[in-house]
Amino acid sequence: MSNEPIKLAAQHVDLWFGKKQVLKNINITFPKNIVTALIGPSGCGKSTLLRCFNRMHDLSPDAHIEGKFLLDEQDIYNQKISATEVRRRIGMVFQKANTFPKSIYENINYGLKINDVPKADRPGIVEQALKESYLWDEVKDNLDMPATRLSGGQQQRLCIARTVALRPEVILMDEPCSALDPLSTAKIEELIVELKKDYTILIVTHNMQQAQRIADKTVFMYLGEIIESGNTKSIFTDPQEELTTNYVKGHFG
Amino acid sequence: MSKKLASILEWGTLLISTGTVCFFLVVIMWDIISKGAASLSWDFITALPTDGMTKGGILPAIIGTVLLTLITALVAAPFGISCAIYLNEYASDNWTTRIIRASIRNLAGVPSIIYGLFGLALFVQGLHMGTSLISAGLTLGLLSLPYIIITTEEALRRIPASTREAALAVGATQLESIRDVVLPSAIPGILTGIVLTLSRAAGETAPILFTGVAFYINNPSGYLNQEFMALPYHLYMLSTQHQAIEQVRPLAYGTALVLIIVVFLLNLSAFYIRYKHSKNE
Amino acid sequence: MQLAQREQIDKVARLLFRTTGLLVIAILGGIFLMLLWNTVAFFLKVKPMDFITGTQWNPSGSQVSYGILPLLVSTILVTFGAMVIAIPLSLGTAAFLSEYAGKTLKNILKPVIEMLAAIPSVAIGFLGIVVLGPGIAHLTGQSNGLNALNGAILLSVMALPTIITVAEDAINGVPSSYKEASYSVGASKWQTLIKVTIPAAAPGILAAIMLGVGRAIGETMTVLMATGNASAFPKGFFHSVRTITATIAIEMGEVPYQTTHYYALFAIAAVLFLITLAVNLIGEHFVNKYRKYQEA
Ligand SMILES: Nc1ncnc2c1ncn2[C@@H]1O[C@H](COP(=O)(O)OP(=O)(O)OP(=O)(O)O)[C@@H](O)[C@H]1O
Ligand SMILES: [Mg+2]
Repeated sequence: MSNEPIKLAAQHVDLWFGKKQVLKNINITFPKNIVTALIGPSGCGKSTLLRCFNRMHDLSPDAHIEGKFLLDEQDIYNQKISATEVRRRIGMVFQKANTFPKSIYENINYGLKINDVPKADRPGIVEQALKESYLWDEVKDNLDMPATRLSGGQQQRLCIARTVALRPEVILMDEPCSALDPLSTAKIEELIVELKKDYTILIVTHNMQQAQRIADKTVFMYLGEIIESGNTKSIFTDPQEELTTNYVKGHFG
Repeated sequence: MSKKLASILEWGTLLISTGTVCFFLVVIMWDIISKGAASLSWDFITALPTDGMTKGGILPAIIGTVLLTLITALVAAPFGISCAIYLNEYASDNWTTRIIRASIRNLAGVPSIIYGLFGLALFVQGLHMGTSLISAGLTLGLLSLPYIIITTEEALRRIPASTREAALAVGATQLESIRDVVLPSAIPGILTGIVLTLSRAAGETAPILFTGVAFYINNPSGYLNQEFMALPYHLYMLSTQHQAIEQVRPLAYGTALVLIIVVFLLNLSAFYIRYKHSKNE
Repeated sequence: MQLAQREQIDKVARLLFRTTGLLVIAILGGIFLMLLWNTVAFFLKVKPMDFITGTQWNPSGSQVSYGILPLLVSTILVTFGAMVIAIPLSLGTAAFLSEYAGKTLKNILKPVIEMLAAIPSVAIGFLGIVVLGPGIAHLTGQSNGLNALNGAILLSVMALPTIITVAEDAINGVPSSYKEASYSVGASKWQTLIKVTIPAAAPGILAAIMLGVGRAIGETMTVLMATGNASAFPKGFFHSVRTITATIAIEMGEVPYQTTHYYALFAIAAVLFLITLAVNLIGEHFVNKYRKYQEA
């Protein structure tokens, strides 16, 4: 497993919002085709780190980033590559399902359309993406229905479908199950394990069981720093740091 | 003084204030509706004025006000929306942005008669557009601009960041996310603001006084480069400048009623848009 | 479309949006420059002192004079009168709305206030002529009731909705902990309102009043129609007056382009502009103070 090539990396990353430093000297690598879980107490900077990888901070003027983010060894904040291209190659699923106020079909079709996928290919890709997200059977007869009428779990799976339809190389997930019931959560976890075959996945979660069920690697963050990272099993059964021990045993956070 | 009496007096003060405010509205509406209704007829709104404005209808003034309001919308809406997009979607908190915001607040406070002077100096004389529908429309457009910017920005601010991020995350450029996701979601709010602003513009008189309005046009053409009649100015002239003021008073009441109906219809449609949207959510 | 092309369009659009933002500054700057330019042209022909201290506005008589004082005093008189009426009424109404009125009553009163705000100024001026004027004439025995009082009452009607809405927001914004503290020491609802809520909301209320003042000073049509427009020096509320705005409205239509009289009208407009600017800045000062206090 650790022989997998490095897909994504952060080197010497510091990040400030205004004067407040939120990430401190982050150094981390993410191997290809592996699920990595980011865990840590609320406010420690997990989302902030995740969003760096698809340049979501570009829109907040008070965010200041130093250090390097590498995708296949290419710096994604380099002039040679645009934010739009980075985001196309590194997809993201958000904490709260944010479907477009459009039909189910259009939700997936939109990304294809703006990314210039040939018109004739689009219906097939939409269907494929919905199947891959285990949503097809539930919605195949209602593709024209507004996506907002779907249940929360279905909407989140639609967001995943929207992301995989573009065939990104990496998928970032920020607590994708936090608003969902156990059944929907189980479906999405199953989906993530399935997706791992083709994608490199980073997932933020507060659910320790979930991290152990789906993640190959786990990274523990605290107050903007990475305290410990390694195989999920060793992080949970044999943590090296006291902070990690306390956290995974549920003593705080 | 007993406690009870004191509390009644205290209550009474507030009640009387509120009652007076309501009373003002009732007097205004009652007077205009009861006396205006007598002049209101199909002929009144579809015929041309005759006999030196002492008889006939006010069709040219209605058409003039409608056209003027349309031009105002065409000028102020794209400009105002674009400026609001800049402020809410692009601008960072720096000096330029602060100056733009201060300018908007101050423009909203500039008296309308000064917009009239500006329109006169810039459009009528400076750009040689003469006193015309287009000069007046542009002037009212400038007057409406700050309100449209402010209301549009408010509508944009209500769209959560996650909506924009959804589009960006599938590889949309910022423009595409604004065009395809942000604006469609904000449209009801933007429209409400525009329509409310236009209802104010439709009733404005001072800015059009020297920029193109006329008391009488014998052949209303609707051409952009010609003078035009408008409801508020018509009311002003009928009630202050006409040689037979008492004789045309019913016409003045009729005009006032039509003007108020136009303005209230615009207001109602704004509320309808807001209401329909709030139900959809 | 190719990615490079899409990004190009994105950049161009960004530039366009920014341009419209900058144009807004240009509009305000344009208004300012227009007033400045014409005022300078005016002062090349008339001494600034004569303008500022002159007690006669008489641009077309045999004894031409351009004293702004009568217009300025008229404007201040009418605005002052309007505020004397509008401030207590709107504060009472705002307090009633936020502290006493139930939900149903609020749902009725809010549209009333919005409707009042929507009535065009020319319609209110019209009622000054046909309803209020005769009424005042009847009470005072004058031949017509077109005077400063008439204008002041109409302006107060126009300023009411603005002041009520903003003042109500301010009163609503007072943290309920303040009121609870007052109730807990045994104060009545009224005492709490007068001693705690209104003082706490004072900056917001002052901002509301400033908005109303700005509105009243800059209003043209109502005063033009209701105050009689006599150009003599104003003698009081029961006399006809002529405000700055009305003077511009009456005379601009008739003056030849680029004469002293033409420039003079821009000069009084410049004074009006400066006054409203000052009023707005004071209002903004209070708004900022109110915000800071709310965040604290
Ligand atoms: N746009 C922003 N401006 C200023 N501060 C921010 C911004 N976004 C996040 N922060 C701050 O950065 C810190 C890290 O936030 P982040 O959202 O990354 O935490 P998190 O680990 O994802 O927490 P949670 O588990 O609650 O989602 C927090 O203290 C937060 O207040
Ligand atoms: Mg988070």
